[in-house]
Amino acid sequence: MGAMKPGIYFLMGDVACAEAAILAGCRFFAGYPITPATEIAEHMAKRLPEVGGIFVQMEDEIASIMAAIGASWCGWKAMTATSGPGFSLMAESIGYAAMTETPLVIVDIMRGGPSTGQPTKASQQDVQQVRWASHGDYEIIVLCPASVQEMFNLTITAFNLSEEYRVPVVLAVDGIVGHAWENIRIPPKEEISIVNRKKPHVPPSQYLPFKPDADMVPPMANLCEGYRFLITGLTHDERGMPRMDEETQTTLVRRLCDKIRKNKEKITRSEEFLLEDADVVIIAYGTPARSARAAVRAARKRGVKAGLLRLITLWPFPENVVKKVAKKAKHIVVCEMNYGQMVKEVMRYCTEDKISFLPKLGEYPPTIDEILQVITQK
Amino acid sequence: MSVGSLQSCVRRALYEVDPKKYLRVETLPHIWCAGCGNGILLQCFVRTLAACDIDPDKLIVISGIGCAGRITTYIDACCVHTTHGRTLPFATAVSLCRPDAHVVVISGDGDLAAIGGNHLIHAARRNVDVLVICVNNFNYGMTGGQYGPTTPEGSHTKTTPYGTFEPPFNLVDLVASAGAAFVARWTAAHPVQMIQTLIRAFNKKGFRFIEYVSPCPEYFGRLNKMGKPQQMLRVLKQVSVVKHGVDPSEATMNPFNRIVVGEFLERTRPTFTDKLREVVERARRR
Repeated sequence: MGAMKPGIYFLMGDVACAEAAILAGCRFFAGYPITPATEIAEHMAKRLPEVGGIFVQMEDEIASIMAAIGASWCGWKAMTATSGPGFSLMAESIGYAAMTETPLVIVDIMRGGPSTGQPTKASQQDVQQVRWASHGDYEIIVLCPASVQEMFNLTITAFNLSEEYRVPVVLAVDGIVGHAWENIRIPPKEEISIVNRKKPHVPPSQYLPFKPDADMVPPMANLCEGYRFLITGLTHDERGMPRMDEETQTTLVRRLCDKIRKNKEKITRSEEFLLEDADVVIIAYGTPARSARAAVRAARKRGVKAGLLRLITLWPFPENVVKKVAKKAKHIVVCEMNYGQMVKEVMRYCTEDKISFLPKLGEYPPTIDEILQVITQK
Repeated sequence: MSVGSLQSCVRRALYEVDPKKYLRVETLPHIWCAGCGNGILLQCFVRTLAACDIDPDKLIVISGIGCAGRITTYIDACCVHTTHGRTLPFATAVSLCRPDAHVVVISGDGDLAAIGGNHLIHAARRNVDVLVICVNNFNYGMTGGQYGPTTPEGSHTKTTPYGTFEPPFNLVDLVASAGAAFVARWTAAHPVQMIQTLIRAFNKKGFRFIEYVSPCPEYFGRLNKMGKPQQMLRVLKQVSVVKHGVDPSEATMNPFNRIVVGEFLERTRPTFTDKLREVVERARRR
């Protein structure tokens, strides 16, 4: 059996993610069991060997992500999946993937924290951690689905972005979407676009493994393809050789950041709902955005001009669209399943007195009534 | 490999090959201190590659963090310098994805046995198809001479100024218990034997572990009054006892009075790659 045939399927979010990964070309998965992400590993364990891929359950999350990085350097599209505690362990390796420009997809099905927290309960408490996990300056891409269908779609997008920009891409998914069962449509192959990493366009003797093209992304030779070089987490020049001088550090770190920052408009995605005339704008992502959508409708029935801005790309932060919305709106309501994380990003782009914050902890997204209450507060 | 062809291969490595063939000469001189054993290991390694005629495009050398970790800078192959302690997870994936390549891990005792200790026993248990060369210098050299999991009890380091009070790991015993397919130990004073064992290891499959005892005159040697580099080398030679085939639990080591060296263990087990190939076949038959 190959990749899933096109059609309508009733799937769990975690399973949709695994199937999308296979469709995107993922053939290597390394992971470690953790609630609520385990179903991704279980599904990959069954499905990857069927498509000639490799599934390995490693001894911890550090080993899992390092194995995925190793596989990616062999030219295999690779993924790992975890939840908050496992993501914490992966932090250093994420910096290594960013530094070595390794295409890689990391799924974080978010549960309640800190520490062991509430393993079986959903949260959005990792949305800052996924951005800032590792030490040092780097940029990363983080996508956040709000439905099983979107989990499927964004998994493919995640692989494409990771290949295009040679960067780790994180799917930050609240545990509700991860465990939700919904009908989804798997489109025919011709509707799915797949991006593969750029290959070197020069012979081995002229190849500089970290010399970027005009788009700031270096073409990538895999291990054992006739191109011999060094991959290192040390600051390196275009040849890949360690260099400890200021110029090399400046050039490299700037490029690692700028290849994402300068393409922000191309990378970021968001969804606008009834924003044209909105006085009150809810900003949400993931499952809370679904309550928010219903709350917008309910508010409008009561004569309040409400709208919703749903963030799909969390990082790089879609600042332009937030800026635009913040300028127009009289009142902004940020609701998220944590005690104040993305709301601080929103605050950068509007005055604090305009913002109401609705935090939710302990499993559930805000109810429509809870949101309505905040909407009518000001 | 027959005794005759092994001997002629060793002879080639010692007298005939050009070691520069496998070196990135433009990256030299290396960063290691005078008297460090890493240079001798690099020489042994590249001579082995040349004598065995290993295709550098099919050779993946993976190192960790620390003095030994810098060896990948100088080898002209497909080289990876990973994060601290994570060589073996990287190597596990690479050995599965590129079963046609030789996968070698070279790293220090701190990297492999302290921060990476968990990966070490699991890679041995799985019988990952990788050759591991563990450079044991009894301390953390790169950070200036702190104690580690191999530091002999009673010896002095920067973080055990009153004497090391932890018992050390016997690494050959550890990996043998965990399931390694091939286990050996030599010191920097045994370059010829080291080359011979490297040649044998390159001709085997599975988790192969060679502990390479390396002098660190700058830190461990100085802090324990072991003398100049040549004295340290001489002591390594004098205290070594060759005991091929001895049970790894009896292959004890104390750099001050007795180091058991030799090839201790060799066994054939299906590799992790073999096992996974079976899984894929089983899944595809369904």
